[in-house]
Amino acid sequence: MKAALEAIEKKAFEELEQSTDLKALDAVRVKYLGKKGELTAILKQMGKLSAEERPVIGQLANQIRAQIEEKLEESKTNLESKLLDERLKTETLDVTLPGNKQVIGKKHPITTVLDEIKEIFIGMGFEIAQGPEVELDYYNFEALNIPKDHPARDTQDTFYINDNVVLRTQTSPVQIHAMENKKPPIRIIAPGRVYRSDALDATHSPLFHQMEGLVVDKNITMSDLKGTLEVFVKRLYGEDSVVRFRPHHFPFTEPSAELDVMCFNCHGEGCRLCKGEGWIEILGCGMVHPKVLANCGIDPEEYSGFAFGMGVERVVMRRYNIDDLRMFYENDVRFLNQF
Amino acid sequence: MNLSMRWLKDYVDIGNVSMREFSEAMSMSGSKVEGWETEFDGVKNVVVGKILSVEPHPDSDHLVICQLDIGKEEPVQIVTGASNVHAGDLVPAALHKSQLPNGVKITKGKLRGVMSNGMMCSIGELNLTKGDFPYAVEDGIFLIQEDCKPGQDIASAIGCDDTCVEFEITPNRPDCLSVIGLAREVAVTFDKPLNLHTPKVKGCGGDIHDYLSVEVQNKELCQRYVARVVKNVKVGTSPRWMRERLRASGVRPIDNIVDITNYVMLEYGQPMHAFDIEYVKGNKIIVRNALNGETLTTLDGVERNLTEDMLVIADAEKASAVAGVMGGEHSGISEGTHTVVFESACFKGSSIRVTAKKLGMRTESSGRFEKGLDAQNCLPAIQRACELIEMLGAGEVVDGVIDIDNSGYQPTVLHLDAEWTNKFLGTDIPEERMKQILTDLHFTLNGNEITVPSFRGDVEHKADIAEEVARIYGYNNIPTTIAKGSPQGKYSEYQNFERTVNQIMLSQGLYEIMTYSFVSPKQYDKIRLPKNDPKRNSVVITNPLGEDTSIMRTNAIPSMMDILSKNYNNRNGAVSLYEIGNEYLPVEAELLPDEIPNLVMGMYGENKDFFTLKGVVENLLEILDIEDYDVTACQNDPTFHPGRCAILSKDGEEFGIIGEIHPLVCQNYDINARVYVGKLDMFKLFALMNDEKTYVPLPKFPASTRDLALLCDDSLPVLTMEKAIKNAVGKILEKIELFDVYKGSQIAEGKKSVAFNITMRAADRTLTDDEVNAAMNKILKAMEELGAQIRA
Repeated sequence: MKAALEAIEKKAFEELEQSTDLKALDAVRVKYLGKKGELTAILKQMGKLSAEERPVIGQLANQIRAQIEEKLEESKTNLESKLLDERLKTETLDVTLPGNKQVIGKKHPITTVLDEIKEIFIGMGFEIAQGPEVELDYYNFEALNIPKDHPARDTQDTFYINDNVVLRTQTSPVQIHAMENKKPPIRIIAPGRVYRSDALDATHSPLFHQMEGLVVDKNITMSDLKGTLEVFVKRLYGEDSVVRFRPHHFPFTEPSAELDVMCFNCHGEGCRLCKGEGWIEILGCGMVHPKVLANCGIDPEEYSGFAFGMGVERVVMRRYNIDDLRMFYENDVRFLNQF
Repeated sequence: MNLSMRWLKDYVDIGNVSMREFSEAMSMSGSKVEGWETEFDGVKNVVVGKILSVEPHPDSDHLVICQLDIGKEEPVQIVTGASNVHAGDLVPAALHKSQLPNGVKITKGKLRGVMSNGMMCSIGELNLTKGDFPYAVEDGIFLIQEDCKPGQDIASAIGCDDTCVEFEITPNRPDCLSVIGLAREVAVTFDKPLNLHTPKVKGCGGDIHDYLSVEVQNKELCQRYVARVVKNVKVGTSPRWMRERLRASGVRPIDNIVDITNYVMLEYGQPMHAFDIEYVKGNKIIVRNALNGETLTTLDGVERNLTEDMLVIADAEKASAVAGVMGGEHSGISEGTHTVVFESACFKGSSIRVTAKKLGMRTESSGRFEKGLDAQNCLPAIQRACELIEMLGAGEVVDGVIDIDNSGYQPTVLHLDAEWTNKFLGTDIPEERMKQILTDLHFTLNGNEITVPSFRGDVEHKADIAEEVARIYGYNNIPTTIAKGSPQGKYSEYQNFERTVNQIMLSQGLYEIMTYSFVSPKQYDKIRLPKNDPKRNSVVITNPLGEDTSIMRTNAIPSMMDILSKNYNNRNGAVSLYEIGNEYLPVEAELLPDEIPNLVMGMYGENKDFFTLKGVVENLLEILDIEDYDVTACQNDPTFHPGRCAILSKDGEEFGIIGEIHPLVCQNYDINARVYVGKLDMFKLFALMNDEKTYVPLPKFPASTRDLALLCDDSLPVLTMEKAIKNAVGKILEKIELFDVYKGSQIAEGKKSVAFNITMRAADRTLTDDEVNAAMNKILKAMEELGAQIRA
């Protein structure tokens, strides 16, 4: 009987070795270990053995059963691992093929830059104000100390709806609305569309964007104007930007200045970008004219303020090296897709 | 304003300062330098040559061989074809490897076998005209009659070495449109003395009143009128120095009388007018308003129609000049002129501006007057002109001046408040320094009382005084500080909403565009807006650049269509765009229109249909948490496909429209594809949106789901069915999902099959079969009411 057991073990092992798939393995299991299996059959004959033989053979039989089971498990693991390897091999991809992209739209480059400017000013405690584009002459000019006969009002610059209504030529009227609607402290920027009757070409457009700024409070000084705008320029153009404030004239500020930044290209030597001047004009600014404060019902003896305004398109053009303003309003997706 | 540096030197000597330093310093004190140019700057190796001999060319009839002394030991040989050269003549000699003003390079070469080591130049080859050198000929070599010696550089020899600086003068500083005005700024900037000159006129006796009388009828528009008379005029050429200075300032020399008027205008900033007294009928000048219908042919030969708001200079018979703008054709100086009247007047700026604009002729003179000139400058200027007449020997100045002064000039007096000024500027400038600056700028100080000089009409407030102090003290010397008390900056609720809308559009693949807010009225035809549609009533620009940009749009869809069309015609395959753009809607009895921002979406191309666009909008409304809105088929908007257009509304209020663009509209925009456009009112969306979200606990009890297939009329909207289901089920309805709409072979004509998956759930218990069945029965009843039967 012992010999029969050992023969079974040997045979079972051989058959397991030869099994190449899970089905064959299971057949071996059923053949030897199943209810009608060969090993089971032998164990059923145990009753015929003597009392001395029974524990010895019993032990052996159990041992062999365990060994077959172990072998079976091992073969199964090996086989599964082999099958997995084969499957993975067939599933190899060309990982250089392009991904399945969700189409994502893009912001207009003017919006991108405007958003950045807004963030800078919000970080400095500003809020964002708006005003109408079709505007009363009073707000666009008169309240800004530009009376009826001022040269700046020539129709060659301004689109008129009628004698009292214009398309705003600047975002400055928002200053007036802000001061009329809110008592100081005021700290706003007002980006928006403005209109000038300039024919469209590479550097001019009858519609473009400006951003106005206004701060009014007690004890606001020209040094505050300088400090605030210097921080703005450095955040926009980099900490190493060099700025200068150059005297200028605007009817609604006094003193007035233009802020120049040292040419990024030639660092002040003079080149084509800065038209040989070494400096690039960025914005106009000044202390709010006391007459303008008074026009808005703010006592210039108690309050002072500063204002600034800049063209947005030029900033965007310099940022991305765009040489033709018309691209902004043609909106060709091949252009929009670049930003 | 172009300033001759040589002329400037008459008034202030700044010593050895480079042009770069000069320009920087002037820009920083308030007179911005745009650039500078030295005449003959690019000219190289052109010198004065003295012709020693002229020999015939052995192989040519028209060439001659000249030996020239160019200040070196050896003479140079130059061959020329010109016939006006003789031994002893001084000529401009462009030597080997030289460059002329026009950039032409000259090298030596053989002419018919004879070596020529350069070229002798005509005035034309030096970029000059007979106006610059009246004695020169145009078709021959320039025979120099100036005081110069052989070998001398041509630029200095003929005075073409002056540097001209171009200033950008702001409109508040007409005083700086003059040599003296700029010299004053230069002197203060460089802290150098200003050498002013008081003109002296000897006179020749006589009395101006025997020659002329002046009557000023409009005293408001003619603030001052000063006249002098010059007799025995000798019209001729001005001296070289005067011509040089005019040329450097960009003014063409003409004759001595005209040159003097231009010279004084540049020097003093005061426009002058000179005219032949022959043309003053009755020897009386009348300054009056033009008559309606009156005409005048101006110097440029154009007949002008005058109106009664224009000021003219006239005699007893007719107008001879448009005051401050341009003289008449037949009143100027000619060779036969004997007696000249010089006019130095001050006209009201706003009137001159309107006149020049109406007549469409903005002249040097009108450009100055319109900024508002100093009436106190009229007399010194005319004296200077008369002084120059005597200096040039151009005539005899008759004694006496006619001076009609209606300006009522009173100097502006301000108070210097050093403490306020420092507080305003954020500086700590000593009062004494402020006073020094103001004195240097020719303000008069009496204690702290400041008298503003007459030429500074722009200074009228203490803030103006602060600017004067600041710009000379130096803007860059003002400290930089940050304004105190910074409140927290933030976006408004609407701005945050707008940012969200932008993000949702971008995340769904739409590109942002920006379009013009003004359009052509023809756009309304292109989108098939009916002729009598109230939306055709637009804000109209009275002076548009062109028809294309002449009205403010009441509908932003045409702008989108334009851009889609451009992209389509640029062969951009599939395009999805959006814009948040204003519509400008006129309001009855209001001056200003309503400006309503609208979200406009537009798309065309492969894989896009009505539901692509609708999906974009549904996502937006979902993120904004706008629920239970109505979608109604719209068959009567002429811009859209009648069967593929929907109005979006909530509680009866429309907030948007989406649809496929009508094929005829596509045709109008040259788009041969199906185009989908939606437009939503941003203010309405903002009002509808809900940004207050409350957490709902995740369900603890299982849901029950049922599928329901219905057969109904094809025209029954699915949304109507969904609403009826919602109503029928009530609270326990969790969601309805449409999973099939079928029309075809097994369905009767005009019918469709619609299948829903309905999920029901209660928050506090597991629903029983009875409850679910009861709900389903209610649904079936409701469906029957809509004419929908359950499909077997």
